[in-house]
Amino acid sequence: MTNIVVAVKYVPDATADRTFSSDNTVDRDNVDGLLSELDEYAVEQALQVVEAGEGEVTVLTVGPEDAADAVRKALQMGADKGVHVVDDAIHGSDAFATSLVLAKAIEKLEYDFVFFGMGSTDGSMGIVPTLVAERLGLPAVTFGSEVTVDGDSVTIRRDGDAATQEISASGKVVVSVTDQTGEARYPSFKGIMAAKKKPVDTWSLSDLGVDAGEVGLENAWTKVESFEPRPPRTAGEIVTDEGDGGVKLVEFLASKKFV
Amino acid sequence: MSEVLVLIDAPEGKVTKPSLELLTIAARIGEPSAVFFGSDVPSSLAEYGAAKVYQLDDAVYEEYLVGPKAEALAQLVAEKSPAAVLVPATSEGKEIGARVALKAESGYITDAVDVAVDGDSVTTTQSVFAGNFTVQAAVTKGIPVIAVKPNSATPEKADAAGTVEAVSVDVSDAAKGAKITSSKPKEASGRPELTEAAIVVSGGRGTGGDFSEVEAFADSLGAAVGASRAAVDSGWYPHNFQIGQTGKTVSPQLYVANGISGAIQHRAGMQTSKTIVAVNKDEEAPIFELVDFGVVGDLKTVLPQATEEIVKRKG
Repeated sequence: MTNIVVAVKYVPDATADRTFSSDNTVDRDNVDGLLSELDEYAVEQALQVVEAGEGEVTVLTVGPEDAADAVRKALQMGADKGVHVVDDAIHGSDAFATSLVLAKAIEKLEYDFVFFGMGSTDGSMGIVPTLVAERLGLPAVTFGSEVTVDGDSVTIRRDGDAATQEISASGKVVVSVTDQTGEARYPSFKGIMAAKKKPVDTWSLSDLGVDAGEVGLENAWTKVESFEPRPPRTAGEIVTDEGDGGVKLVEFLASKKFV
Repeated sequence: MSEVLVLIDAPEGKVTKPSLELLTIAARIGEPSAVFFGSDVPSSLAEYGAAKVYQLDDAVYEEYLVGPKAEALAQLVAEKSPAAVLVPATSEGKEIGARVALKAESGYITDAVDVAVDGDSVTTTQSVFAGNFTVQAAVTKGIPVIAVKPNSATPEKADAAGTVEAVSVDVSDAAKGAKITSSKPKEASGRPELTEAAIVVSGGRGTGGDFSEVEAFADSLGAAVGASRAAVDSGWYPHNFQIGQTGKTVSPQLYVANGISGAIQHRAGMQTSKTIVAVNKDEEAPIFELVDFGVVGDLKTVLPQATEEIVKRKG
């Protein structure tokens, strides 16, 4: 029996025009959201582990009402049940508060491993897995490009700049996986239908014993003071290669003193 | 003047350029103290401004991932009450910084591309949403802990004492959970580091799997070589050369994209480059919206001609 909790995030679509709200937080209202692409890899890896033996995959998210969409997508892919922590007080939480809420929720669940994506596609800090592990006092094997589960131990391959490492941990373990772990499956028609009957629990902060004063924008340990859009790039010169494209390219580089 | 702790990244004992940049940035805030894990303290730490070097020489730091280094740095933070803590924005550096900040109940900013100091306040600049926005942020609680991206400053030589102080830490069992069972150093490509290079030449789907034209052109310019996710996913180029959201972010003086369409995923990794050039067969490719100069054509003919022209001009 292997039970895995996969923590996922509902993010603004990276291909849309993402922006900020008036309180300098990420605008989650006016941009379509979805399950973070990078979390799909974590769902996929968890499903593969459970499918190879026995157990359950529970998908967990912390986010506004709409974040239920992210849970549903993971259920359609094949996760067994969902937990959605939703509470107005959570709005604007930093990574530390998010990790607190996640850790408290995970403690209420039965699990052997907790899987994460390598980072979100909006905040992209990539630190929530390590923070959750720190809070739960569990080992963390992070940024795995390849994940192998054997009984109660997990081994990952971590491709760093300086070295490729193999890292192992056993017992309850926090794992994060990269997009190198392999394509995530698309929900099948059967999966989409089955997901409608799968249970999703909705929890508030009080269900977790988390005080509203520990989370939210007012209690964040950092502050975004201002934001500005990057100035649009001025249209450049485009030439069509008519046998002299390479020379023209070098002429441009020379005019900019790169050659 | 108060201390600023700087986590030094030194694979195989060699200090990375981004770590030297951190020492230069630290000097804006206070007096840089390097935190070095290893047996032989490199002289470059003093040469680039480290007044002190806290040396932690213990095999435990190489045997387990993140946990032991985070505990050691957190202990130093508790003892020294520094004005700030700077860590390199590598996977490891960011994770160590996160744990240190949590232990110190201090705010944490990752992926800063600049750090400015005005009196007692430290403000960071970050590039977010695939480089479409620039954000100014500050830590509002505790000691600012900041993970800084490569190329955020030019390392400046500054002769400092570099007084070495050996530090030993009793690492808890809890920090020894993730064991590094093997570590194989990456082979050097002989080209500049991707995130540090002044010029980056990259290839994508349009290479059809053969990077020889891209590499030859890069070498004629003394450039680093990168690859799009499509090229990496196809197994054409190693993942540690991937540019984009799930790979490296580069911000060179010149970026040349070859056979890369320019999806948002790729833009996230190169949009802040100073000058952008593209070669692509498809005149509709979104990459052309970003370029200062573009050639609609086949990289298989354009690049060899450009390489030959550069070699000719160099005489």
